[in-house]
Amino acid sequence: MSASVGRPRTLFDKVWDAHVIVEREDGHNLLWIDRHFLHEGSFHAFDKLKAREAEVARPDLTFGIEDHYVPTRVRNIAQIDPAIRRMIEQLRANTTQHNLKSFDLNDPGQGIVHVVGPEQGLTLPGLTIVCGDSHTATHGAFGALAFGIGASEVAHVLMTQTLWQKKPKRMRISIEGALSAGIVAKDIALSMIAKIGADGAAGYAIEYAGSTIRNLSMEGRLTLCNLSIEAGGRSGMVAPDETTIAYLRGRPYAPKGDAFERGAADWLALASDADAVFDKEVSLDATQIAPIVTWGTSPDDALPITQDVPDPDRISDPGRAEHVRDALSYMGLQPGQKLTDIRIDRVFIGSCTNSRIEDIRAAAAILAGRKASVPGLVSPGSMLVKQQAEQEGLDRIFKEAGLEWVEPGCSMCVGMNGDLVPPGERCASTTNRNFRGRQGPGSRTHLMSPAMAAAAAVTGQLTDMRALLKERA
Amino acid sequence: MQPFTQHTGIACPLPLSGIDTDQLIPARFMKRSRAEGYGDYLLHDLRFDGNGDPREDFPLNHSDRRGASILVTRRNFGGGSSREAAAYALIDYGIRCVVAPSFGDIFASNSVNNGLLPARVSEEDGERLLAALQGGERDATVDLNAKIIRCGSLDVPFDIEPVWRTKLLNGWDDIDLTKSYTAAIQAFAASDQERRPWMKPNRA
Ligand code: SF4
Repeated sequence: MSASVGRPRTLFDKVWDAHVIVEREDGHNLLWIDRHFLHEGSFHAFDKLKAREAEVARPDLTFGIEDHYVPTRVRNIAQIDPAIRRMIEQLRANTTQHNLKSFDLNDPGQGIVHVVGPEQGLTLPGLTIVCGDSHTATHGAFGALAFGIGASEVAHVLMTQTLWQKKPKRMRISIEGALSAGIVAKDIALSMIAKIGADGAAGYAIEYAGSTIRNLSMEGRLTLCNLSIEAGGRSGMVAPDETTIAYLRGRPYAPKGDAFERGAADWLALASDADAVFDKEVSLDATQIAPIVTWGTSPDDALPITQDVPDPDRISDPGRAEHVRDALSYMGLQPGQKLTDIRIDRVFIGSCTNSRIEDIRAAAAILAGRKASVPGLVSPGSMLVKQQAEQEGLDRIFKEAGLEWVEPGCSMCVGMNGDLVPPGERCASTTNRNFRGRQGPGSRTHLMSPAMAAAAAVTGQLTDMRALLKERA
Repeated sequence: MQPFTQHTGIACPLPLSGIDTDQLIPARFMKRSRAEGYGDYLLHDLRFDGNGDPREDFPLNHSDRRGASILVTRRNFGGGSSREAAAYALIDYGIRCVVAPSFGDIFASNSVNNGLLPARVSEEDGERLLAALQGGERDATVDLNAKIIRCGSLDVPFDIEPVWRTKLLNGWDDIDLTKSYTAAIQAFAASDQERRPWMKPNRA
């Protein structure tokens, strides 16, 4: 056990301390890992395992998920690009060989790893969760310590169920106040990233706290924690509360009966002690948050939709001015242009950031009875989300609006499955990264919430969704 | 893993900030096996134009930086995805050390796990190094013991987590280290079952 037990502790400290197997003087800590998720990109790690002729230490804590490369229009992998098919088959071969449960394309629970974990009840408060994907922070919404790792670390966890880590510093981001109508977790997250910068939380474990967070649904908390990495934070957490427990009760892999009640009591005790100290404190006023879009090539290039594209000539920091100039040239935008004057070519609603049922509902609420003026793809986060949306008739809204309603997967978030934004095209996207070429070579991405993407689909340009909400009232 | 103590080589200035892992290796190349080598994909869409021809204005393509093994760049290098392929691309290209004022956390640990040194310098020192290289300096020496980068008349200190420094200096692989704690791991797992009876997935 760690030396800090006994002093006031943060949520992060409590989860960390409960997993320390070895604490070395040089700051190296050997942590026990409770859940390990794998996807098609895990082949490098399995190759390392093979090189050592090693076995998977804890198959019962290790789960495969087909999401990064899966096709979203056909589900028969015999009909897809052979190079992509090979990625899926490699994962199948590896999970079969090591006897791991895998949510494959034919599984009724398949979906994006960060959607599937929570909805299956694999994600629980107080756990350590790792995956070879930087958005693993998502699971922190439950008060789990969840972070992305690289292939060498994936191999290490496979072989030992442990990981060497140095303890990060602690940052608390407090958000107080009521959100205005139509403002969602995506807007909070993008505001936060714009405020602290794309590397503002590098080296920190984030805790999101405050009345605004307490009032967020689990879906909203997942979106917020998901975007921690876009501020440079490897993990982001929310203290478990009754919302968390209500969400988990009855989930397929969650504990049952007495074990669940015992868990629930332990989980509620994880909240940061009142006098716990954070290395850095940031606060945000929720009442001031407007719908946010990104205009550049980094997630901190974000502004309220009511504003204009920045002018590099009016920025005093030369490094920043250079970045803005480069970003505007890549994005094909003019300094000072109104954000709402930017025309788009397509929309994408999906990804582990915004593909849960609440997200699909928010987009559908804008699109109901309206037509999209640009093409677009709507990919629900999992088979369960898809089923639920179809039960609610939401798929029809998208189809009648002229958008494609497709199968779950990472899809156009990263384009690995071939769902790409063509070069030079501009996409209003509910994803998490507006990096150059992220959605395909030469693609231009504007990040926003599902309702904002739906509004952009309707008008064909970046749009303040509140105007479309008002027309409804 | 090959230990890293001291390295002298051609240093290339890359005066860009926020080079993310999607730039370091675009997703479409990640289906290839490592055996094929990832060096050709490094910074692919910045290094090559739409026809696959080298962009003359990109620093790594300058004739005097051919064979560069040290990269000097601006803040937030390697942010974004956890793809270890970003480190593979640098290493397979021949890079042994990246110098920048800040790094993406996951990228930095992936680098160390592959023997690539992420050397953190102050913004001012980073700019001085860039200026020296752009002014015609070519070679640099990175001394991990002394935590110093020498380039022409410049002596620039750099930082790295002590644990990472030890690992790089010794060429340690975590797995070998972990094996020596097998008993502690087993004892932890056993006592944890009592402490957290709810931890295990309740397989249907
Ligand atoms: S949807 Fe995008 S960010 Fe999320 S897991 Fe898939 S590739 Fe990663």
